[in-house]
Amino acid sequence: MRWERLKYSDKFWAAILLAPNFIGFLVFILFPMIASFFLSFTEWDLLTDIKWIGFGNYQELASDETFWKVLWNTLYYTLGTVPPGIILSLILAVALNQPIRGVKTYRALYFLPVISSSVAVAVVWQWLYNPEFGLLNYILSLFGIEGPLWLTSTTWAMPAVIITSIWKNLGFNMLLFLAGLQGIPDTYYEAAEIDGANGFAKFRYITLPLLSPTTFFVVVMSIISSFQAFDLVHVMTQGGPARSTSVLVHYLYQNAFQYFRMGYASAIAYVLFFLVFIVTMIQLKRHDTWVVY
Amino acid sequence: MKRVRIETILAYLILTLGAATMVLPFLWMVSTSLKSLSEVFVFPPTFFGERIVWQNYLRISERYPFGQFFLNSIKISAVVVFFQVFTSSMAGFAFARLKFPGRESLFALYLATLMVPFHVTLVPTFVLMRFFGWIDTHYSLILPSLVTAFGTFLMRQFFLTIPVELEEAARIDGCTPFGIYARIFLPLSKPALATLAIFTFMGTWNDYIRPLVFINSISKMTVPLGLASMQGSYSTDWPVLMAGTVISLAPVLIAFLLAQEFFVQGITLTGLKG
Repeated sequence: MRWERLKYSDKFWAAILLAPNFIGFLVFILFPMIASFFLSFTEWDLLTDIKWIGFGNYQELASDETFWKVLWNTLYYTLGTVPPGIILSLILAVALNQPIRGVKTYRALYFLPVISSSVAVAVVWQWLYNPEFGLLNYILSLFGIEGPLWLTSTTWAMPAVIITSIWKNLGFNMLLFLAGLQGIPDTYYEAAEIDGANGFAKFRYITLPLLSPTTFFVVVMSIISSFQAFDLVHVMTQGGPARSTSVLVHYLYQNAFQYFRMGYASAIAYVLFFLVFIVTMIQLKRHDTWVVY
Repeated sequence: MKRVRIETILAYLILTLGAATMVLPFLWMVSTSLKSLSEVFVFPPTFFGERIVWQNYLRISERYPFGQFFLNSIKISAVVVFFQVFTSSMAGFAFARLKFPGRESLFALYLATLMVPFHVTLVPTFVLMRFFGWIDTHYSLILPSLVTAFGTFLMRQFFLTIPVELEEAARIDGCTPFGIYARIFLPLSKPALATLAIFTFMGTWNDYIRPLVFINSISKMTVPLGLASMQGSYSTDWPVLMAGTVISLAPVLIAFLLAQEFFVQGITLTGLKG
């Protein structure tokens, strides 16, 4: 008879339905996040005993020149990928929103890099960037430009990775913008046309303001994901040459799994978390001032 | 009237130029994969070699078990997708529709972890896997991915949109909370479930850093890791390397072209809601 009552109980079913999820959440999400925080105050190579060193890792980070270089590279990568990526994908989305044929075909083509694995993309672009026999420098030579050494040049390796990253994510951002554009009612444009607005005025005074929630969202997500860049860098350049493309997560990976400095790697992870946290907070706070309607 | 046409022509121009930029690397990859090594190193480069060298495709499978990589990736992705849809929908239902003490604070905890980058968990997860002796096994790729706060959040948000009247009517008819979940909510949420499934599949199939950290033996590698390790040993044999890349991409690209709507909808929905 207890079952009769139990089987209508919300609490009972909530416990049953939540249990598998909650166990996984506890063991593989919450525990690692907290453990990482404590590890960041220790020194540990996995073999000898863990040693508590307080803020030692963070102090070392502050005076670690490589860390500052890596932090700068991450910023460079973010500034290099986010603004051009946003502008290009917005232009494409506006073009795709015109009354044209073959929207689906275009959309599919722009989406090919998005669904491709970043490893495959990195390998293909490595070949395109080949200084002597690569397609890219050949195309540049047609315009009388002598292409750089790309991935083996300390100056050009980062721009090369940035270009590849923009290329890979363009279709995704374009699609988000397209969804935003399709949410703007035609009546606004019709009203503006009656008032004599030209194409640019319509874009400036209707599209941009009404699209601002989407733009804001895409900017924030792009910044957060560019802080976490790893795959392209690791496959294309291994962070080189001379650390010119080494970014935060790459340095984290090296410290943890090449130098076996688990505590130091955890401290880097928490710096990454801190950066993402700041951007998220700005998103929560600034949403009202950025979104203009 | 005339201005509209200029805008349309401009749109075609921009889109075609962009699409060419998107497609050219893929075409170049296929073209290189069918050339002989000597033909790759000619200047100016040609798009078609003198003859088609299919042997490049045979040469990769001699040293790199791509068949095995695919089986590994399929196995891991299938298990992860199945369980993630399962755990996310159950917990999402509990969070959206069942009343229990501490619901709001528990959900807030889930939400809070969404802010934390995945890489923060990498070192402790590695330590955990090492403790259980699961390094270099597929457990290390499957188990930590069975539950995500994101999936739970996505399903909860979707379940919140289902009208409460349906649930009330079912309760009056004597349906249990589990019955409401299994017989009413699940059938109504096929689009959301498909979205989550696609999103999870893409993430698991293309994942690189986890296999890189957890897997060492070639026979246990996933497709991206196998390709990356092949790149290490064939660093200048571009035709063979491109053949491997073509093989690694082909199934996903074909699946995408066949079920484009499905992919695109899934990814935009999760993108917008996430």
